[in-house]
Amino acid sequence: MLRIKNGRVIDPASSTDAILDVWVEGERISRVAPAPSGDAASDIAGGARIETVDAAGLCVAPGFIDLHCHLREPGFESSETIETGTRAAARGGFTAVCPMPNTRPVNDSASVTRGILERAAKASTRVWPIGAASAGSKGEALAEIAAMQQAGIVAVSDDGKPIATTKLLRQVMDYCRALDLPVIDHCEDASLFAGAVMREGRQSVRLGLRGMPAATESIAVCRDVQIAELSDCRLHIAHLSARASLELVRAAKHKGLRVTCEVTPHHFTLCDEDVVYDTRFKMNPPLASTEDCAALIEGLADGTVDAIATDHAPHEPASKDVEFDRAPFGVTGFETALALALELVHAGKLSLTRLVELFTTGPARVLGRARRVAVGEPADLTLFSTERAWTFRASESASKSRNSPFDGREFRGAPVATIVAGRIVYRREI
Amino acid sequence: MWNASTEAYRSRIALRSGRTQGNVPERLHHLLAIEPLTAEQINFLLDEAKPFQEFQRYPLKKLATLRGKTAALAFFEPSTRTRISFATAAARLGADTMNLQAESSSLKKGESLLDTVRTLDAMKPDCIVMRHSSSGAADFVASRLDIPVINAGDGMHEHPTQGLLDALTIRDRRGSLDGLRITIIGDILHSRVARSNLQLLGKFGCQFTLCGPAMWVPREFECGGRRVRRTSRIADALDGADVVIVLRVQQERLHEPALPLNEYILLYQLTPERLRMARPDAIVLHPGPMIRGLEIDPAVADGPQSCILEQVTNGLAVRMALLFLLIGTGSESDQPKGSTHAAD
Amino acid sequence: MAVLEKKQLMSATEIDRTLQRLAHEIVEKSGGTANLALIGIRRRGVPLAQRIAKAMRGIDGVDVPVGTLDITLYRDDLSKVAQHPVVHSSEIPFVVDDKDLILVDDVLFTGRTIRAAMNGLFDQGRPKRIRLAVLIERGHRELPIEASFVGRHVQTSSREIIEVRLSEVDNQERVMLVERVD
Repeated sequence: MLRIKNGRVIDPASSTDAILDVWVEGERISRVAPAPSGDAASDIAGGARIETVDAAGLCVAPGFIDLHCHLREPGFESSETIETGTRAAARGGFTAVCPMPNTRPVNDSASVTRGILERAAKASTRVWPIGAASAGSKGEALAEIAAMQQAGIVAVSDDGKPIATTKLLRQVMDYCRALDLPVIDHCEDASLFAGAVMREGRQSVRLGLRGMPAATESIAVCRDVQIAELSDCRLHIAHLSARASLELVRAAKHKGLRVTCEVTPHHFTLCDEDVVYDTRFKMNPPLASTEDCAALIEGLADGTVDAIATDHAPHEPASKDVEFDRAPFGVTGFETALALALELVHAGKLSLTRLVELFTTGPARVLGRARRVAVGEPADLTLFSTERAWTFRASESASKSRNSPFDGREFRGAPVATIVAGRIVYRREI
Repeated sequence: MWNASTEAYRSRIALRSGRTQGNVPERLHHLLAIEPLTAEQINFLLDEAKPFQEFQRYPLKKLATLRGKTAALAFFEPSTRTRISFATAAARLGADTMNLQAESSSLKKGESLLDTVRTLDAMKPDCIVMRHSSSGAADFVASRLDIPVINAGDGMHEHPTQGLLDALTIRDRRGSLDGLRITIIGDILHSRVARSNLQLLGKFGCQFTLCGPAMWVPREFECGGRRVRRTSRIADALDGADVVIVLRVQQERLHEPALPLNEYILLYQLTPERLRMARPDAIVLHPGPMIRGLEIDPAVADGPQSCILEQVTNGLAVRMALLFLLIGTGSESDQPKGSTHAAD
Repeated sequence: MAVLEKKQLMSATEIDRTLQRLAHEIVEKSGGTANLALIGIRRRGVPLAQRIAKAMRGIDGVDVPVGTLDITLYRDDLSKVAQHPVVHSSEIPFVVDDKDLILVDDVLFTGRTIRAAMNGLFDQGRPKRIRLAVLIERGHRELPIEASFVGRHVQTSSREIIEVRLSEVDNQERVMLVERVD
């Protein structure tokens, strides 16, 4: 039995924000109530051994979900494995992660999906794989989506790339509507993207690097929203980065369409003016303008954005230690996501409850699930401090890779303990 | 006379500068870009190049100043003129060169830039002169090696020695760089030469007119505190210009639909008639290699206002001065000796 | 560096008289001035050469061309210099070949400056003869170099420094003996 005592329980589903004890029995939550007095605790336990976690001064939230990450296994184990990636995720407070299918082989069949889930059995967090939309993510034929769904995928995407053609997107959406699977798209116009390595703007001109305009993303978002309306399928926009894209999502929601979106922490923290000749600042979609960044923060606060997702994209150090043009796109993100979101809370731009929604009920809803701190629910919990001071050092990360633009950044607030299915998978050293 | 009393002693102690006269700016280790240089540093570099201009006229063009020193010329992008210019500059100073050329390089076999450069470095050159197709490549190498790096062109970012030789040419012809009206014609977006020119001349209060097809002259050039305006009409651009810089047309660009060359000639070729719209004493520069009859009319290229050949000579002078400054003297860790007879 | 002024070696008048005397000596010992030329070593050798040439003009109207030589690129101690040295142009407005040259400098000390100057001259051509005229000769030669025409010989220790100040360069006119103070 596990007792998490005196924590500030924030449960968006029940609008709870109170100091409560949470009890866990086996893999489920068994009790959520104010702290008992005196010996009542051992009575509740009924003689069983109690492990107590003192959560005084900490927030207790439903277990965080990361809708978008890359675990690189199978095929790119030099950059990350399911084991190292989920360990990093647990250190970031995540209890479930959704790895994208751009592995090698691509996760486009039930056997690959099963292989991933087998390796995930020993992972630190739950692993809910996203399957490819097209075979090999080549953008030609449909992948074996139904078979993968039976094997355990929670959504489809060709991430890394956009779903190649409008026609294919429509086919995928029509198909997934029947299976009640969300389609996640990496929105990008291929010809505007080609050759570019950062956002087009003053900084790209100054550095002499090829840039892509915001329209590279928003044109594809516009296309996707219209097809989603046509197919009446659930559409989720991956790593949204531009104000123009956000406005399209807002309009779609207003219209009652089932369109959702996520934003990464690096997109709401950094902008294109921060880019220098350092490949830790190279990712896709690239860091956007300051206006985009401000719009994203507004969208996080007002509900237009449904989830914060990391797009954790590890690359082994040697592959990133090259000229900017030649480096692969991507930055890691599991361990810094919460702290970066707390920066918004500390700056008064985001409420703490909203932050919790963005990491829990928001992503859960995209996947058609619930996420609650309630009796009978799976015991997935994230305990975090809003005040703990610490410095992130990429060299100390549990990930195999070091490509983070936040190396050396000082933070206020951190994950303190991560509980998955009743087991403490991460506990911060004091 | 010598007086042993303390006060008199103290009054005779004077501090003398152990160094040379004038404002010698802080020592440069690399030359990666014009952007971080001050106007003072640029003036110093241009002044330092002047004796090397004279030198090109000597009967015997061979110094022993850099004897025993080696400059590694690592050109990962094909280049004839700049490479020969640097090689000649080194040779005239008495230095040796190591030559890496893209076509025959190990890069074709998949070796990374870092490994290629480290291999060169292991042979202990005194500096690396580098040209590469990636913006920031010189910066990348400089942050990983101890020896000085001279950027001979990195992607679309900068070509600092071109900026310096253009400035020297302009200063010689016009007397000073201050407040000139500069017109640059061509593909500005992809031009490292244009960026270096903008950076350098911008530090001297020049005004710029950028002229070319809209897709090659992005709005973002108008930011950054410099006085820059854009136009796609050449007549508009040349009106009142003191200096006209003509860029070459790079005919194939990856990922870009090509502009028909006849369109370019029709709208942007610098002809004698168009040049007359500039000031009567305006000068014409071109970083080369030029395509006669494309971006520039042969009559203009060969005419009295053209400085194209002076640019080449000045390129040699600037590069000799740079090699001398960066590898001709001791490193910062050496004690300054100073001449034993009072200054020079 | 800190220096202690020890004594004045020459006043303005003394400098002038010495240069006049040197001009006469050079003319006397050159057996014909037709081929003669003066080359001043930057910096202070230059005004000295110009003054000597002017003095020579006063002697039977002898007109001797003057050139200037910058020796920065010929120094043998560049590897010990940490700051960027200032390089100037050399200006020699005559052909060096077959000329009877007089190198002019303010102080002859180790001889290395003169060695560098000769290297510079040979890059310009092949002079018939090179002789050296200096205002002060102070011993401590490190190379086999001697001056044919000396203003004044001064015994010095190696800690001492001779400071020559000329109005064209320094806005004052005197020669001082100073000592380096640590």
